[in-house]
Amino acid sequence: MMLEIDNLRVSYGGIRALHGLSLRIDAGEIVCVLGANGAGKSTTLRAISRLVPVEKGGTMRFVGRDLLGYSPDKVVSQLGISHVPEGRRLFGNLTVKENLRFAAFARKDGGGIARDTERVFTIFPRLQERAGQKAGTLSGGEQQMLAIGRAFVSARKLMLLDEPSMGLAPLLMMSVFAALQEINRAEGTAILLVEQNARLALHFAARGYVLENGHIVLEGSSQALLHDERVKKAYLGG
Amino acid sequence: MTYFFQNVVNALQWGSFYALIALGYSMVYSILMLFNFAHGDIFMVGAYIGFGVATLLVAMSAGGAIVLPGWLILILTILISMFLTALLGMFVERVGYRPLRDAPRASAAITGLMIGIILETGNLWLLGARRVSFPSLIQTVTYDVGGVILTNKKIMIVLVALAFMLALHLFVRHSKWGMAMRAMAFDYVVVPLMGVSINTIARMTFAIGSALAAVAGILFSIAYPVLDPYMGIVFGWKAFVAAILGGRGSIMGAALAGFLLGFIEIFVAMAFPSTLRDLIAYSIIMVILVFRPHGFFGEPYSAKLRL
Ligand SMILES: Nc1ncnc2c1ncn2[C@@H]1O[C@H](COP(=O)(O)OP(=O)(O)OP(=O)(O)O)[C@@H](O)[C@H]1O
Ligand SMILES: [Mg+2]
Repeated sequence: MMLEIDNLRVSYGGIRALHGLSLRIDAGEIVCVLGANGAGKSTTLRAISRLVPVEKGGTMRFVGRDLLGYSPDKVVSQLGISHVPEGRRLFGNLTVKENLRFAAFARKDGGGIARDTERVFTIFPRLQERAGQKAGTLSGGEQQMLAIGRAFVSARKLMLLDEPSMGLAPLLMMSVFAALQEINRAEGTAILLVEQNARLALHFAARGYVLENGHIVLEGSSQALLHDERVKKAYLGG
Repeated sequence: MTYFFQNVVNALQWGSFYALIALGYSMVYSILMLFNFAHGDIFMVGAYIGFGVATLLVAMSAGGAIVLPGWLILILTILISMFLTALLGMFVERVGYRPLRDAPRASAAITGLMIGIILETGNLWLLGARRVSFPSLIQTVTYDVGGVILTNKKIMIVLVALAFMLALHLFVRHSKWGMAMRAMAFDYVVVPLMGVSINTIARMTFAIGSALAAVAGILFSIAYPVLDPYMGIVFGWKAFVAAILGGRGSIMGAALAGFLLGFIEIFVAMAFPSTLRDLIAYSIIMVILVFRPHGFFGEPYSAKLRL
């Protein structure tokens, strides 16, 4: 088991957003979390990245280590968990190349950095063409590619992806997901994907969780979820 | 005309002090969205550290232990004081600001003022209420260029200040750490997601800003060798104004605004009674800010403050 989360509770200013969530990811696995707006999907990812405080009683273990003992930067640099945040959040004042270089800031393996950067450019040739361009001036699709590339360079045992399909045209969306599949296959990177586009997510992931108001209400293989009446009704449009 | 050029020279010298101090304000503001109101007092402490180091080196030289020429003592004084003042800046960041990282900005502002007062009164307590004078390390040489009086000290002050500004500019543009500062200025919430500790960058930024304030302190002491514990207050405020005027996150802007401040002050004093100097000079600046509320090169902070 790569990531084991039990009884995770998170509150914002006294209002609880996650009510005792439990979740597992195996090494190399692709898992998705579905849910409506405000269900707590982003909060789950923020908790794993240690960006929000977790209430007592909950546990999070990553390859046997206690996640709660790590600061947000160490979660990335020492545990190998990267995070593509909601809305991409690129450094718009830096160039494409600088964004990738900064993502490798804490890494000491020069050869590995060069290899991973090269890899990003192979997966997303568009980024190489635009290497010298300010990230803030990229198109939405290019920004999403860079956000994924940046996370990949920073750490790649587990990638947390918060709605990577947002704002992408269908064709581009397919190519971004193909790239993610390629990363997962070739590098063995496990992926935790948060999506509102349930159909897409369930075709991409092997397993899924359904989150409602901070509770996991359903979990299972993607096949099972795709045929579940409740999922069909609530998330697949009938 | 010679009177005009004489004033240009003086303005450049004053601008050098303001600009060097403004850089520290500007860098900290751009990465942490807070004004380090203790920065003027860090300039003061930098000058005193410079005084201590220089006095010690002069005494050692006079005692015949190791005889160093004045210019070498000056270089050593600048480097050692930069280092020690950088440590002070890192300490201020650690105990004064880091615990307040998520507190309201007003709390951080008050902390800055408190630290300033502690540095001033700490100095009084250590050295007593007397003014100390900075040892003279280099002989003043005066040049008469077509009626304009230049001294080797003035030339050196301006050149050294410009060299440090250029070095900082190149550092921020081209080094890995400078890139981290630019990234953090854009969106500091995302910095840890890249595996980089905000604290590390904050610490380094305070160190660099404080080291530059020490340079300003020593250059100032060369021009005006009498030091007192409250010398940082007025400089702090004026450099703060320059940092705002330059625009958030702009090294170039803060430097230019520092020089502009020097020019406005000197030239207002040329035309009006000197008691009105600050009133008129800062009214001009207020008018500039009305038309450029984000300063010369500033942009409004765009990123959201949380994830
Ligand atoms: N910083 C915050 N302060 C207060 N409440 C918050 C904060 N962030 C999230 N919340 C609340 O916590 C709940 C879960 O939010 P979260 O962002 O995790 O939802 P989500 O599932 O990612 O939704 P979406 O699909 O809209 O992104 C929501 O009710 C939200 O209003
Ligand atoms: Mg969300």
